[in-house]
Amino acid sequence: MSVQVTSHTFKQNAAEALKDAPLQDALGNLKVGFIKKRLNAIELVPEWQRIRDEAREMKNHVLENLDHYLLRYEHSVQANGGHVHWAETSANAGEIIVDICKKANAKTVAKGKSMVGEEAEVNRRLEEVGIAPIETDLGEYIIQLAEEPPSHIIAPAVHKTKEQVSELFHKHHQQYGLTEKITNRVDLVTEARTVLREKFRNADVGITGANFLVAETGQHVLVTNEGNGDLSSNLPRVHIVIVGIEKVVPTLEDASLLLRLLARSATGQHFSNYTSLMGGPKRDGDKDGPEEFHVVLVDNKRTELFDSELREMLRCFRCGACINHCPVYGAVGGHAYGWVYPGPMGSVITPAMVGLEKTRDLPHACTLNGRCAEVCPMSIPLPSLLRKHRRTTFEKQLQSMRSRTALALWSQVARRPKLYRNLSDLAVRTLSWLGRRQGHVRRLPLVSAWTKSRNLPTSGNNRTFISEYTAQKNRSESS
Amino acid sequence: MDKRPTVGLFVTCLVDTQRPNIGFAAVQLLEQAGCEVVVPTQQTCCGQPAWNSGDDASSRVLAQQTITAFEGFDYVVLPSGSCAGTLVKHYPEMFADDPTWLAKAGDLAGRTHELLSFLCDVLQVELSPVVFNETATYHDSCSGLRELGIKEQPRHLLANTTTLTLDEMEDTDTCCGFGGTFCVKYPDISERMVDDKLSLASQTGARVLLGGDLGCLMNLAGRASRLGLPLRVFHTAEVLAGMADGAGIAGKESK
Ligand code: SF4
Repeated sequence: MSVQVTSHTFKQNAAEALKDAPLQDALGNLKVGFIKKRLNAIELVPEWQRIRDEAREMKNHVLENLDHYLLRYEHSVQANGGHVHWAETSANAGEIIVDICKKANAKTVAKGKSMVGEEAEVNRRLEEVGIAPIETDLGEYIIQLAEEPPSHIIAPAVHKTKEQVSELFHKHHQQYGLTEKITNRVDLVTEARTVLREKFRNADVGITGANFLVAETGQHVLVTNEGNGDLSSNLPRVHIVIVGIEKVVPTLEDASLLLRLLARSATGQHFSNYTSLMGGPKRDGDKDGPEEFHVVLVDNKRTELFDSELREMLRCFRCGACINHCPVYGAVGGHAYGWVYPGPMGSVITPAMVGLEKTRDLPHACTLNGRCAEVCPMSIPLPSLLRKHRRTTFEKQLQSMRSRTALALWSQVARRPKLYRNLSDLAVRTLSWLGRRQGHVRRLPLVSAWTKSRNLPTSGNNRTFISEYTAQKNRSESS
Repeated sequence: MDKRPTVGLFVTCLVDTQRPNIGFAAVQLLEQAGCEVVVPTQQTCCGQPAWNSGDDASSRVLAQQTITAFEGFDYVVLPSGSCAGTLVKHYPEMFADDPTWLAKAGDLAGRTHELLSFLCDVLQVELSPVVFNETATYHDSCSGLRELGIKEQPRHLLANTTTLTLDEMEDTDTCCGFGGTFCVKYPDISERMVDDKLSLASQTGARVLLGGDLGCLMNLAGRASRLGLPLRVFHTAEVLAGMADGAGIAGKESK
């Protein structure tokens, strides 16, 4: 499923999401699951903060020497007999992949979950040339059937309820002779496995992402909970890894440092079910493995991010903790954000990758409550990065005329203490009079966005605190 | 006898206009704690709305105005974690490229405290006992909690000073959906968030909801009052000062 950018209609997307009852049910489960499990997992790691600090330093070092480590990685992959391709844009990445698949005469491709693959719209590009991509991650498989993009970076089908999955399987699995409608969670998984196993076996090419690239060995680390990444890597003749350039780390020790943070932050597991270290084609004497091995290193604005004030975002290793803890995401889900990456990390990355003009709502649709930064294992200051987007929005005058005018008026008044005092006193008098019976106002034209769902408290005083206090002081001093 | 510490009270624009009672409670508590309180009339708004809207130039003008208005006090105290956070954390960021003002911002940041943590951590005061025979639940406002580490201080003061019973809700530290301009820019999302919060608060036995930031409290109280929930909402300072006898924020006073 290709991903059209719909971030420019964020408000409408969000309004629809809030009314979507099954989506709201599904989001409710997210809140209890991930958050509590993460807490339990990190409680058992007393050195958590120290690991976070080390990881931040290590990653900063890598980013500052990114060219060095990438070249080193390339060299090591080549020494292992693999091929490295450099893709400047997501389109380049897509083209490279299509090319490799065509050369391999591929009919079907087994795909592991990859967010960079979403950036590059790999599925759409393959379908366009008549190659069938088959998602092998259960969540990805579900949304492929539903023809929807992922709504979460580690739980792509988190927005689907069990009932919806049951419907989908019932509709799409008839063709395999599986006609009985299944509703039980375990049975649903078993049925998906049955269908997918067959497809793994017949796939000509396997495409996966990678969590880390190890420069010293040319290997990559792939973490999954279903083992589908391993099957996608090892069974087909050709294996392609598509990965962002920021995923490189110097050594295996560095990868294991990040592994200590990753699963705990993502799903609250100490370790994911499968953590695999792979690299290069099958060697003489190996029992399995692909005949050909390719890595597509994708830039897609990452070097631009590096040169910008958003550089810290490149430490992100896509654990999803910020998303799980974001109350806005929890209210509207991932699709409302309108592109590949949702939640706090998405609201930083998406404007950088697809342009602030089309995504200006994203950095603003945040209360700056700071919970994301608190849980981010890579210590990325997400709220301040969002604020940097807001500054650019302001400087380029991308905000609506209305909010710009309101802000300008307010700041002009706030710069003039005397005028400010007079106007506040007037406002307070008016409001108190309006709210004199109830202690609040139910409707007020200028602040209708507030009074739509809330009453506006009024103070019951006829003056501001400062006027009242100053008056009292003067009285007591003159008496 | 030691000279009494001078405190410049920055009431914040919301308290100034929407709930003066919190300002008077703050003065009372600070005086009780032995401070000499001054309320400079040159104060307006700390500039947070401009800063969070990306209008750096206006934020700096308002920051300079605030820095100047609060020169010379031993301490600057605000009954709001998010405004205090702006002075402490964000003023220095605003002047990162301006050494003269950076020094002044740093000096102000060093003297600035949120009211409840000031009473608890800095003055470590024993306040006069207050009878408040209510069951209350507590909302931790995000900026105070995450920028300034305010969590235990209000609970400690309430337990030591008043007779109230605290019945904590789940997720005390989840955002209530206020977020400054967020709540008027994205009212639908904000409404969902405040409803979630109020439903957690309602699951406790509490009939009183407390917090330390008027923005959040107006949001919670305004929504609770629209929904007709039997919840009285106060700033913690009002309870500590024995000034929480009415219907609370957005409530109907019986006169
Ligand atoms: S920003 Fe941090 S918390 Fe969010 S996905 Fe990236 S690493 Fe994880």
